[in-house]
Amino acid sequence: MIARDRMSKLASNLVLLGIGVLFVLPLLWVLFASINRTAGLRVEFPTHPTLGNFKAVLNTDTTYRPVLNGIVLCGGAALLTMICAVLAAYPLSRFRTRFNRPFLLTVLFCTGLPITAVMVPVYGLFVQLNLVDTLGGTIMFMATSALPFAIWLTKTFMDGVPLSLEEAAWVDGAGNMRALWAIVLPLMWPGIAVVLIFTFIGMWGNFFVPFMLLLSPERLPASVSIFTFFGQYGEPNYGQLAAYSLIYTTPVLLLYLLLSRKLGGAFALGGAIKG
Amino acid sequence: MTTTVAPTSATAPSGKSTGGSGKPKAAKLVRMLPLSPAIGLMLVFLAGPIIYCVYAAFTNMALTGPGAANVKFVGLDNFRKAFSSGAFTNSIWLTLVFTLISAIIGQNTLGLGLSLLMRRSTKVVRNFVGTAVIGAWVLPEIVAAYLLSAFFNDDGTLNVMLHAVGLPGQDWLYGAPIIAVSLANIWRGTAFSMLVYSAALSEIPKEIEESAAMDGAGGWRRLLFVTLPMITRAIMTNLMLITLQTLSVFGLIYAMTRGGPGTKSQTLPLYMYEQAFSFSQIGYGTAIALVMLAIGAVFSLIYLRGLNSEAA
Repeated sequence: MIARDRMSKLASNLVLLGIGVLFVLPLLWVLFASINRTAGLRVEFPTHPTLGNFKAVLNTDTTYRPVLNGIVLCGGAALLTMICAVLAAYPLSRFRTRFNRPFLLTVLFCTGLPITAVMVPVYGLFVQLNLVDTLGGTIMFMATSALPFAIWLTKTFMDGVPLSLEEAAWVDGAGNMRALWAIVLPLMWPGIAVVLIFTFIGMWGNFFVPFMLLLSPERLPASVSIFTFFGQYGEPNYGQLAAYSLIYTTPVLLLYLLLSRKLGGAFALGGAIKG
Repeated sequence: MTTTVAPTSATAPSGKSTGGSGKPKAAKLVRMLPLSPAIGLMLVFLAGPIIYCVYAAFTNMALTGPGAANVKFVGLDNFRKAFSSGAFTNSIWLTLVFTLISAIIGQNTLGLGLSLLMRRSTKVVRNFVGTAVIGAWVLPEIVAAYLLSAFFNDDGTLNVMLHAVGLPGQDWLYGAPIIAVSLANIWRGTAFSMLVYSAALSEIPKEIEESAAMDGAGGWRRLLFVTLPMITRAIMTNLMLITLQTLSVFGLIYAMTRGGPGTKSQTLPLYMYEQAFSFSQIGYGTAIALVMLAIGAVFSLIYLRGLNSEAA
């Protein structure tokens, strides 16, 4: 029996390792190509590693401005999402009304809608409202598209804060917003951080929305400007593309590490989604 | 999530009465006021466009040509045109293939398999695989698309590996583009299923599986009759979420193949984009968007039904 357990454990490990390697291979390409002056399409360790690719892309047009645009766009949208989600979650979590259940079901329904499908009418709406190619309009739309899921998650986290703590504050005459600010929020900051970081990561990688709603090169975030590597000159410089990809990915990786180290990260999220 | 669908935590704020039935209507409305920013945004930027979508789908709206000058109501013409067009039915077909291979079979099964195997593996292996899979998930969509374009290219790593073991390679992005983008979506999306299933499996009490083992149930029987039934809810939830996500994948396919060669990987979102923006047929594009929304809504409703019946 013990021998069989060992065998099955070994087999599990081997199968897992095999799958893990398949997942790592494409990732290796970006690492190696970024330090290879003559990078091609296959994974190969550069004979003369160089930082030249990074030097070549670290300039205002290629890197600094798109990354800054991304921070303004995604940071602004994630903050707006979070503020609206916290405000919305409070009455949903704290008061029972006939309105709650239909509203929550609608929110859940909205999380399922393919945002891609809404983009054509949204573009039409933006044309009517003169919002095409504005950061403000794009921020508002990105915030809205993240809202249903954020409300849902925030409410789940808020439900974990015991109501009895607020009752004391209510007896002392504190209003709802005061109780939310002084009592509920401090107790659920890990949950807030999870929702905020997760929202930001989702937006940072979002290509379609800024691709549709923004036009001027000087407003494009990194997720769209990466396209310029495939310009009119045919074959792109793969080494520079890889170096830029790494730079563009780094903020998300750091945030994700923060999420998983400090807060239980995606596992907490997995738990919240699972139901 | 079951518990959150029916709010159980809520009692009246002052503790005087439940449901606040004694409160005047105005006070109740004031309590709901914090919802207004969220509702406002969703009305303008979600409900608005969807309603607009329903209207525009029945018109000949366009960016150029006769539909641009005076928009006319054309009834079901857009839908008739769509369902009699080979390109549209082709894209529906490709969307179904893409969703079936990459989400329902690929991400779901691989995610479940990984989380099951991880329970019986050593910590080092578990961490390595977990990091690799999640790493692929955290990467921005377009970066992932470029990595995989390189991987599936004629000169790419996949063919190098295939040649190494004596198998013939091919230019995957030209020869079998829908397979290539499906595999790409599996690579990118499996982490989500893995996380959901790991969380679900970690909540199964050890004793239940142990007692099944004591009763002589072998590995496969235990999996089929004990473990899987206990995570049915997670499976359903996961299937729905990844199906809906996969249905609207755009950036990954657009950056890898642009829907081509020809229309061989042109799924519904790409077809819609092409019609609405490359060919300026806004009315026709929104009609396709409406079909997509309908497909998404059907899945959402099935999902809600499942959640609801569990909650009841």
